Amino acid sequence: MSVRTSETAAPLPAPPPRRAGRDGLLETPRERWIRRAERRGPLVVLVAVCAAATAASPSDASWSDVSTILGNNAFVWLLALGMTFVITTGGIDLSVGSLYALGGVLAARASSSGPWLAILLPLVVCAAWGAVQGLLVAYGGMAPFIVTLAGLLGARGLLQALTNQGSTTYLVPAHSWFRHLGAGTWVPVGIVAVLFALGWILMERTGYGATLTAIGGNQDSAVLLGLPVARAKVLVYLLSGTLAGAAGALAGARLGSGVTTIGVGYELTAIAAVVIGGTLLTGGYGTIGGTVCGVLLLAVIHHLIDRYLSQYGSAMTDAVNGAFLAVVVLAQALLERSRRQ
Amino acid sequence: MTAAVIEPADGAGARERILDLAQRYGVYAALAVLIAVATALDSDFMSVSNWRVQLFQAAPIVLVALGMALVIGTEGVDLSVGATIALAASIIPLYIGYGPVPAIALALLLGAAAGLVGGAMVAFAGVQPIVATLSLMIGLRGVAELMNGAAAKPVADATILDLGERNLAGVPLMAWIALAATGVVAYTVRRTTFGRQLVAIGDNKRASLLAGLPVRRVLVTVYVLSGVLAALAGVLIVGHGAEADPANQGLNMELSAITAVVVGGTPLSGGRVRVLGTVAGALFMQLASAVLIQHNAPTSTTQIVEAVLICLAVYVSRERGTR
Repeated sequence: MSVRTSETAAPLPAPPPRRAGRDGLLETPRERWIRRAERRGPLVVLVAVCAAATAASPSDASWSDVSTILGNNAFVWLLALGMTFVITTGGIDLSVGSLYALGGVLAARASSSGPWLAILLPLVVCAAWGAVQGLLVAYGGMAPFIVTLAGLLGARGLLQALTNQGSTTYLVPAHSWFRHLGAGTWVPVGIVAVLFALGWILMERTGYGATLTAIGGNQDSAVLLGLPVARAKVLVYLLSGTLAGAAGALAGARLGSGVTTIGVGYELTAIAAVVIGGTLLTGGYGTIGGTVCGVLLLAVIHHLIDRYLSQYGSAMTDAVNGAFLAVVVLAQALLERSRRQ
Repeated sequence: MTAAVIEPADGAGARERILDLAQRYGVYAALAVLIAVATALDSDFMSVSNWRVQLFQAAPIVLVALGMALVIGTEGVDLSVGATIALAASIIPLYIGYGPVPAIALALLLGAAAGLVGGAMVAFAGVQPIVATLSLMIGLRGVAELMNGAAAKPVADATILDLGERNLAGVPLMAWIALAATGVVAYTVRRTTFGRQLVAIGDNKRASLLAGLPVRRVLVTVYVLSGVLAALAGVLIVGHGAEADPANQGLNMELSAITAVVVGGTPLSGGRVRVLGTVAGALFMQLASAVLIQHNAPTSTTQIVEAVLICLAVYVSRERGTR
């Protein structure tokens, strides 16, 4: 943001030599290091935190830790996956926490009519919800922040209406195989891993992913390039809604009932994970790998706080999470700025 | 502003003009219609006691929304106000032993400090307002709970309870405070250099920089003001409820405040602040939910109606024309 008009008149020093990096960009060694720090930062921090935690108490680092970290958070990660796509286009989706809860209730309600319906109903409803939000953003020209904020309120309202203000609890039949989808650690983690792999392919290996990045980088240029900007944006909110619905369905399977109170504030956790993973909130750069690091990092920190600072409870978790997020976004902003200079 | 200068004669121009008028005066019309409908449905609606209750409910939201309007005017957003309310509230029982004035002063100071941190991240580090204030929002509530313990603590100080419960000339003291704050903010936006700079920055930050405006200072000040107003709202909420509850007070207040600002006609894209519209927007949202609740509508209906209203307001106030 710093604009110094007086400097343009002064004689410029000879620019440092530039050579093509792996991406074909011309860059100086310094720029290359900054770019690497931006891309690999989350992974480095994650490894460092895990290594420090293991070194501090080697006997405690066990498979049960890993399974706690993976199993307890698996579904929530799907929200971060969808959010990565949305944020890459420069948008934001605040409705995912509500859609997550709505998906759980819909799954539990439909499960009495059969497991397939329990899977399909939340996916279809949440996809439609996301698509409407996407249409309002892409064709209505409305701010994503507000559209999805309305979505957050509306989806919660729909959820309350479905459950008679939370007084009706739908149970998943005890013998339905639907329950297995959420049971234990490895089934849900496997489902989430497959979806993340598909997300990675979509983002890194398809034209659609490139379009999303282009939209976030400069929407006007993307339009002039002839990219299907509006369609891509609708799809991105649809995708995010569908993933939130899927996460809700899995949570319904795990809990065995539709719980109306879950998911409050999860959109913020998802955004935090995506941002910590190095995806720029301004859009134009996002990686699925970074988001994986982001969600793992948040989960590991959460776990460590639970273990060592449990007497302070969730308050300590929040305080540390907030401070951590602040440090990460500050570091991102400073790296971004020093690269531009 | 610009739309009033260029008035094409074709139908599209007329449509633009209607939308422009709707954006500017729609909230007042909506408020009038709402009050008329509510009075028709329920004769008690216009009673003094009902209005007193509504003003007690609306005053803290108005304060928070005023600060939010300033922030949104600079093309920012402040998600940390709800957590700032909790922070300011939780300091009150800790320091009430030193008397009400030091406790309130400390609460306001904490609000200013919270705003300063957010504002510095936005202005000096160039962090996006949403993220900067999001990290504060997560962190500050944690800090508030750490300071006070997660459970609610009673506050019995007479001065603070007076702030939240007393009526002055038949009108809640809280409403007077909100009215005074409205006056100060309206004056600041319309008549002071700071107000003009704020609007200019929201309109075009780069041009403001090139014109030599103190962009960073103005941005930081705006977030500090938002923090102080939120802290003031926190003090009033403590007075009204006679307790400090860091886990629940101010929850979702940032969303209500943003809604009030947007419904009031301030565009999210900055460059314009509608102070009176913001107050009308806050009153409208408060009265709308009150009317629904009084007629035994379930909370789900209230939430869905609120969502539809937000969408309508944003559709009317969205950026129009070529970009």
